Amino acid sequence: MSRIAATFARLAAQRRLALIAYLTVGYPRLDVTPSLVQTAADSGADAIELGIPFSDPLADGPTIQAASQQALKGGTTVARALEAATAARKRTDAPILFMTYLNPILAFGLQRFCRAASEAGVDGLIVPDLPPAESADLRQAAVASQLDLVFFVAPTSSEASVAAACGAATGFIYCIAVTGVTGARAELDPGLLPLIELVRRHTNLPIVVGFGISRPEHLEALTGKADGVIVASALLDAIAQSPEDPTARVREFLTGLRPLA
Amino acid sequence: MKETMQGRYGKYGGQYIPETLMAAVDELAAAFEAALKDDGFRHEFEYLSRTFSGRPTPVYRADRLTEQAGGAEIWFKREDLCHTGAHKINNALGQVLLARRMGKRRIIAETGAGQHGVAVATVCAKFGLPCEVYMGVDDMARQATNVYKMRLLGATVTPVESGSKTLKDATNEAIRDWVTNVRTTHYVIGSAVGPHPYPLMVREFQSVIGREARAQMLTETGRLPAVVVACVGGGSNAIGIFAPFYDDPVRLVGVEAAGRGLDSGAHAASIVGGRPGVLHGSFSYLLQDDDGQVMATHSISAGLDYPGVGPEHAFLHDQHRAEYVSVTDEQALAAFHQTSRLEGIIPALESSHAIAYAVPLAAELAASDLVLVNLSGRGDKDVDIVRGASDG
Repeated sequence: MSRIAATFARLAAQRRLALIAYLTVGYPRLDVTPSLVQTAADSGADAIELGIPFSDPLADGPTIQAASQQALKGGTTVARALEAATAARKRTDAPILFMTYLNPILAFGLQRFCRAASEAGVDGLIVPDLPPAESADLRQAAVASQLDLVFFVAPTSSEASVAAACGAATGFIYCIAVTGVTGARAELDPGLLPLIELVRRHTNLPIVVGFGISRPEHLEALTGKADGVIVASALLDAIAQSPEDPTARVREFLTGLRPLA
Repeated sequence: MKETMQGRYGKYGGQYIPETLMAAVDELAAAFEAALKDDGFRHEFEYLSRTFSGRPTPVYRADRLTEQAGGAEIWFKREDLCHTGAHKINNALGQVLLARRMGKRRIIAETGAGQHGVAVATVCAKFGLPCEVYMGVDDMARQATNVYKMRLLGATVTPVESGSKTLKDATNEAIRDWVTNVRTTHYVIGSAVGPHPYPLMVREFQSVIGREARAQMLTETGRLPAVVVACVGGGSNAIGIFAPFYDDPVRLVGVEAAGRGLDSGAHAASIVGGRPGVLHGSFSYLLQDDDGQVMATHSISAGLDYPGVGPEHAFLHDQHRAEYVSVTDEQALAAFHQTSRLEGIIPALESSHAIAYAVPLAAELAASDLVLVNLSGRGDKDVDIVRGASDG
C-alpha cells in the first residue's frame, strides 16, 4: 500500500480528517523548506504538498503567486526542489506530494521527473493545468515510478468530468471548494457538500477539499463529509507575517487550525 | 491543416487548463460549432463586419516601396482601415456575438498594445455589455492612448502588476478572472492562442482577411501572390491571412519580433528562438529557460511582446508549410518610417515587422511576382514610441 493510501486508511479508522499542509519550495527561503516540512508534520499535518514554483501559476491567487515569485528569485529550480524533498523525506514519514504546473515537468522530462521524484521519496503529483484528457503520458510515467497522480473536480465540473477525474486519479481526488483561484476565504461554498456527494458516487478514493480552507470551522464542517483538507494560502499568509521565523508561524498556524491530538 | 480531435494541430494545441474551466471551454466549443452552422449567426457577423467594422478592406499596391525594392510588386492588405484600426475587431465581433448566444453577460479580455482591448471595448459598447480589460502596467504606460480609448468606450481597464507586467501577465490575470466568474463571463482571447476551441475560433473569425485578400488579388492582378507575409506574436492576423492560401502554391512567411537581436535574449521570437511547452492552455513553441520557466520577452511592439505563439503556427512550422523568420526593433522602426514616407500610410509597429521582411524579400524576387503583406494595423498608437526611439 502506498504511503498516501496507508495514511488515509489509518485516519479513516480514527474518523479523522487528513490535514494536508501546502508549502512552496523555496519560500520563504530554500534552506528552510526541509525543516518546515518536518515542523508541519510535527504540528498535525498528515501529509505535505510541496509546490514547485512556476512563473505563470494561473490557477493561483495572490498569495501563492507572490510566494512562487519569491522562491524563483531565490534560485528554486526543479533540481533543487528534488533535493529539498530528499532532505525532507529524511525528517518525516508523512506522505509528500509535488504540486507544479505541467511546463516545468515537460522541460525536465516526464519520465525523468517521475523517477527523480520517486527516488526523492515523493509519493504523488498534483498538476493543476493537466486535465484527465491530456494526461496519458504523465499517467504512464507516474505509474512506472509508483507515484500517485491526483486529479481535480470543481463546482463547475459536469458529471462526465467528475467520472473522468475519478477514473484517472490515484491517491485521492482533489475537490476544489470554490469557483475561483487559490486563496484563503472566510466561508465555504454552499455547493461543496453536493459536489462531494457526487464524487462519492463515482469513486472509493479519498476526497480532499482545497482552495479557501483557512479556519478551524472549515475543518469541523467537513469532518465526516470529506476525507481531508488542504490548507495552502492561509499557511503561506501566516509565514508572510514574520518570514524570519517561518518555523514558529507554521507550528502556530497548524496547531491553531487543529489542536494536536 | 485542419485541426484534429480536441483541437490538436499535430502534437500542438490541446486544453491544458484548470478543471474549473473545462465546462466553459466545452460549452464554448459546442456553441461555436452550432453558431457556424446557423445562417442567422453568419448573417449577423457578416452584416456587422460590413456596416460596423468596415469590411471588406482593400488590397493596395505599394508602388514606391515596390520601386525602392526593385523586384516583386508589394501589396498591402489594408486591415489598418478596419474600425478601431486593426484586424482585432474581426475576432472581437465574432466572439462577443457568440457570448451573447451563450447568454454570457460579462466580457473580459487581455490586451498588449491595446488594439484588442479597444476592439473588445468597442463591440461591448455597441451591445451594452460590461467589459473588463486586463493590461500590464508597462503596456499601459507605453500605450496610454489606447487605455484612454478603452475607458472612453466604457470599459474598465485593470492594471496587472505581476511578472513582466506585459501581455503574458495580463493573460494570466484574465484567466484567473475567468476561473472565478466563469458562469457569467466570456473571455475574449485576442490571439490564436489558448485552449481549444480558441485557436480554431480566432482563425475562423480572422480568416475573412485571407478570403477577401485572395479574391481581391485575383481581381486586381489576375493571379495569386508568390508570398504572403504577416507578423506573428500570438499569430491571429497571420493565421487569418494564411489559412485561405493553404491549398495554393503560395509561400507563407510569419515574422516574429527579434527585439534587440536573437542573441541578446531580449526578443519575443517564440518559434525562431524557443522550444515547445505549455502556456495559457495549449502546447506550442514557447520562450522558456532550461527549467521550464517562461522567460521575459522584449519587443518595441507591445502586440508582439509575448512568449508563446498559436499552436497552428507551431504545426505549420514543423510541416514546413509556413516559414518563420524574425526582424529586430531597429529594422521594424526603419520600415515604419519608410512606409510612412513612401506610401502615406503609418503602419503599426507590429505590421512594420512584416514590411521590414517583405521589402528585401521582394528585391530578390522577379518583377512578375507579387508579395502580399498583411498590414494588420495602423500606427497612430505607436507615434509616441517612435518619437521616443528617434529622440533616443
